[in-house]
Amino acid sequence: MNRISTLFNSTQEPILNVYATAGYPNFGDTMLVLNALQEGGVDIIEIGMPYSDPVADGETIQQSNQVSLDQGMTVTHLFDQLINMRQSISVPVLLMGYINPVLQFGVERFCQKCQEVGVDGLILPDLPLAEYQQSYQTIFEQYGLLNIFLITPQTSDERIKQIDSVSEGFIYMVSSASTTGAKTGISSDQEAYFKRIDGMKLKNPRLVGFGISDRESFLKASNGASGAIIGSAFVKLLGNAKNLREEIVGFVKSIKGLK
Amino acid sequence: MIDAGISFHVSEKGYYGDFGGAFIPEMLYPNVEELRLHYLEYMMETSFQKEFHFLLKDFVGRPTPLFKAERLSAKYNTQIYLKREDLCHTGAHKVNNTIGQILMAKRLGKHKIVAETGAGQHGVATATVCALMGMECIIYMGAIDIERQAPNVARMKMLGASVVAAQSGSKTLKDATNEAMRHWINHPVDTHYIIGSVVGPHPYPDMVAKFQSVISEEIKWQLQEKEGRDYPDYILACVGGGSNAAGAFYHYLDEPRTALIAAEAAGQGVSSGHSAATTFLGKPGVLHGSKSLLMQTEDGQVIEPYSISAGLDYPGIGPLHAHLATSGRAKFFDITDDEALEAALECSMLEGIIPALETAHALAVFGKLGAKPDEVSVVNLSGRGDKDLATYQEKLKLNS
Repeated sequence: MNRISTLFNSTQEPILNVYATAGYPNFGDTMLVLNALQEGGVDIIEIGMPYSDPVADGETIQQSNQVSLDQGMTVTHLFDQLINMRQSISVPVLLMGYINPVLQFGVERFCQKCQEVGVDGLILPDLPLAEYQQSYQTIFEQYGLLNIFLITPQTSDERIKQIDSVSEGFIYMVSSASTTGAKTGISSDQEAYFKRIDGMKLKNPRLVGFGISDRESFLKASNGASGAIIGSAFVKLLGNAKNLREEIVGFVKSIKGLK
Repeated sequence: MIDAGISFHVSEKGYYGDFGGAFIPEMLYPNVEELRLHYLEYMMETSFQKEFHFLLKDFVGRPTPLFKAERLSAKYNTQIYLKREDLCHTGAHKVNNTIGQILMAKRLGKHKIVAETGAGQHGVATATVCALMGMECIIYMGAIDIERQAPNVARMKMLGASVVAAQSGSKTLKDATNEAMRHWINHPVDTHYIIGSVVGPHPYPDMVAKFQSVISEEIKWQLQEKEGRDYPDYILACVGGGSNAAGAFYHYLDEPRTALIAAEAAGQGVSSGHSAATTFLGKPGVLHGSKSLLMQTEDGQVIEPYSISAGLDYPGIGPLHAHLATSGRAKFFDITDDEALEAALECSMLEGIIPALETAHALAVFGKLGAKPDEVSVVNLSGRGDKDLATYQEKLKLNS
């Protein structure tokens, strides 16, 4: 079994997944950020592969992508930075990004590299279900990579069931119709939506993303799901941090309610 | 030559050959899927067709003339016709699509419109139909383009639209498109996105091509009247995203006697590093929801294009055109800024028509085409040049 499914099967506590843009704030910070996240007690790490045109992302993540690209980050450099990742990182690791850089790197070569460095799964928001099934699923599976799909409040029950049947690991439940970082907090409507999906008895657990920034919203979101994902709020911290490691550890602990 | 085995029409799955598809985040799936399931059905409805053609006639002023350009014909020693899309209301072919899409938005039950614009022509055409139909209208425009195209910004505002500056990336058309897509992601329930070209996820490229196909539909009967045959030997159009070319080519895609000629903006030259000639410089990739040819780095990051013409200043090209280019069905020419400026001046002086800078790229092809004296060419004169006067004044030294 892969690290993601093992994690979901082994804990009853809310799962915290944190997104960090690769090569941000500085080109060489990627492994430092990963190690600090794990030290703080994060459950899953999502590494953002920067892209020039990230349409599903709001201003904060867009800007971090641009800074990282300006500092010379590429898919090749990222794999170089992650080459010894599994010597220190034991939590599951996902790569998040857009399909075009993956296509240019070569899909099979990309998946091979993911397996080599110990990546467990991918989140590619502009790779839709139909395209995935037609051209990508076989290759992803061959290299043991889980593809994480998104659902939103507008996704129909029928499509949610379809996505559930193709998914493995977990489903990324977008909390509201928005780009990343556009809204903060979790409303009672959103909680009702999480409960509704919970009631569908899907085979995959869900993590809630978008709008999660602190312990309060993390707990609220986790109430109707297995846990939640923090992206923009953490990227903001990275952009402003004076002592990177210390602040990352403190942030993760504060979300997890650890001392 | 047309290979009998190749189709130039969109497949069930939204592809033209290897290009097309719908690479969109799940947040946009319900909207795009609803459109995909219903666009053909709605377009075919008698009431839709009636309203569409009524508005094209009485509001836009169609049919637009097919004008024999005698002095240009004499200069190039061949037979040249101009399809006068510049005479459409708002000054370009863009309004054919916005009329169609606003009617589509009404049938989809949407009451707000978002759109992107580069030079402002599509933004003006969108703001125009929103005013006509009483719909709220938000236009995203690159911050740099807002500065470069002040008169069109004023027109959009006068028509009641909100113009929002896209501050991300290069602050031009590509980024305005990103922002419009983000706006749609944030407002999926009440808003329809009117894409201005034959780009974007399926079914947009096909829907926009079908709305623009009125251009070649008219050329067919107009040419029949004037030449006694309904097809030209050449049909020429400029291509940025490619909507006017798609409309002008549409009814000739399967006509083996008509050569399709596309003019791309080479900027300062294809090899200069300042160009927007996608079929010469692009590789297959995914941008704004479809797989097509795309100007990009080795690492798959999108390259900022350059052209003197804001309407051609786009790093991609519609998937239909990528298919026409790679299959050899259409011949693509790279036209530099200077060649376009010269052609604009020539058309103005010889025919009394000041063309848009975009259109001037298509006109510049005559210097390279080698059309024979008895051969018939139709150029899609996609827009008028008023919006480019500031550039013409500066580059053609009209002030001295």
